[in-house]
Amino acid sequence: MAPSTSPIILAEGLSKTYRVAAKDPGLAGTLRHFVQRRYNDVAAVRDVSFQIQPGEMVGFLGPNGAGKTTTLKMLTGLIHPSAGKALVAGYTPHRRQANFLRRITLVMGQKQQLLWDLPALDSLRVNAAVYGIDDAESHRRIHALAEMLDMGNELKRPLRKLSLGQRMKAELLAALLHRPEVLFLDEPTLGLDVNAQARVRSFLADYNQRFGATVLLTSHYMADITALCPRVLLIHEGRLFHDGSLEALTQRLAPCREVRLELAEPWPLDSLRAYGEVESCEGMVVRLLIRRDALTAAVSQLLADLPVRDLEVRDPPIEELIGRLFVQGTLS
Amino acid sequence: MRSSAKGSRADGSPRVRPLRPLQHGFRVARALLASQYALMLEFRAEVLLWALAGLVPFVMLAVWIESPAGAALGMGPTQLARYFLAAFVVRQFTVAWVMVVFEEDALQGRLSPMLLQPLHPFWRYLASHVAEQAIRLPFVALIAALFFLVLPWAFWLPTPQRALLALAATILAFLLNFLIQCSMACLCFWSDRVNALERLIFIPMLFLSGMAAPLEAFPPALRRLAEWTPFPLLVHFPAQLLAGGEMNIAAGFTALAVWIAGLLLLVTLLWRAGVKRYGAMGA
Repeated sequence: MAPSTSPIILAEGLSKTYRVAAKDPGLAGTLRHFVQRRYNDVAAVRDVSFQIQPGEMVGFLGPNGAGKTTTLKMLTGLIHPSAGKALVAGYTPHRRQANFLRRITLVMGQKQQLLWDLPALDSLRVNAAVYGIDDAESHRRIHALAEMLDMGNELKRPLRKLSLGQRMKAELLAALLHRPEVLFLDEPTLGLDVNAQARVRSFLADYNQRFGATVLLTSHYMADITALCPRVLLIHEGRLFHDGSLEALTQRLAPCREVRLELAEPWPLDSLRAYGEVESCEGMVVRLLIRRDALTAAVSQLLADLPVRDLEVRDPPIEELIGRLFVQGTLS
Repeated sequence: MRSSAKGSRADGSPRVRPLRPLQHGFRVARALLASQYALMLEFRAEVLLWALAGLVPFVMLAVWIESPAGAALGMGPTQLARYFLAAFVVRQFTVAWVMVVFEEDALQGRLSPMLLQPLHPFWRYLASHVAEQAIRLPFVALIAALFFLVLPWAFWLPTPQRALLALAATILAFLLNFLIQCSMACLCFWSDRVNALERLIFIPMLFLSGMAAPLEAFPPALRRLAEWTPFPLLVHFPAQLLAGGEMNIAAGFTALAVWIAGLLLLVTLLWRAGVKRYGAMGA
């Protein structure tokens, strides 16, 4: 994290409420809706506040519908907040001033800005002109970014002829040609195979290192977050639930730690329950969940009482915790 | 990664020197037109079909030329033929379809990336239209050549002065039609299906623009009514200029200027109000 005092992204009490038409099912509901329309206010983002310093890479997590994309849309100026304040690179995003737009970019994994029927180079020429980058400089940047992204002749082929991974790389190149200071990335690796995901990840890390760009990244792939983001924001039902390190998030989401025991001989299940919650017991391998505050005492007791051949204490994998959260859509 | 005052960036690369607004505008226009022309070339067969779909004036010519009512207009077969050919040519270069693509772009989420670039999205649509017209040009020339092969007695060359005036009027008519479409496209911010408005203006566009009949054929009251709308300016005025018909040229250009100025203001206001309501659906 850069030791700067002025944040490059600032959200203060940011909220967004959508007005959504409510219609009952069936013919009666349709007629009633036609005659007298009813609307419900749906709060997509509620009172979210955080600050991000220049050069930080921050993961933005949350289940579907939690408010991640709405927050990104407010921070990029695509939509106006219903309440609160946003400042990005010193600008109020929703005013969408040209100087603000030159400093940011938004990459959406499933959306494209490049022209589908033309080679990416044609779209890149337009981008270079729009952002006022001269020909020599744009050639230099395209070459440098293509090298970082391990791209070659793909830029000369019509976009529709490229694989999903190649298209994503071309989209990233287009989004970064003007060398934005702030990158908002919404699921940039969605649908990519493992190798392509890894390449995009290493590119983003490299880009951040080289240009000191600030990155706010949403992804359903925890590998993206664990590889890139020392800090994560977790949003749930429109509210910010966590702002801190992944380790701290793990502690909040999982108050217990997992103890894996390999015993010298089988042991009765009932007596194992005295030490903690038995997660599994397969032969002589036992997995126990033990509360963090009782861990030291419980481990000492286990070693004293049982014929332990091997013992390992670990946190449940963050993927599992977040995955469980995404599936359930609830926070305990 | 802030740019330093000395013109270099944190990563050591040279800072991009800002271009003068005119130079920048010219470069953007050139890049947009080149890419849109390449795109339209990919769809040349479709553009040809669109051009052929604009043959309505020739159908109307066949109707009027055979009808006794045609003589009652005070326009002989030669004048009628020239008018309808001119109407065909003008219509080819004044067609606008912003509403359809804007609605689709807004609903599919393609508008969002456009809004995040320091260029108003309508400039892209304008470039698409101009590129499409460039693709249409050879088709229109071919159809005009065929027309003169079939009706050699209708051949004429406008005077250079009339040709220039007709060109200027056609460009302004296109701009007018483009702005009409832009103003209706802005309504997308309030309703998802503004495309239906296209159907609403189809009938007045067909009859009041002079595509179905020259305005001279209208009953006086209907003609006066038509002249209060922008529709005759879209086809009839430039077509009569090209065909060499008699008309009040200054009044026509003044009306075009007034309508364009009014619509520019309207589009600006609608855009400003509408974009605040944008929900970035599908993006």
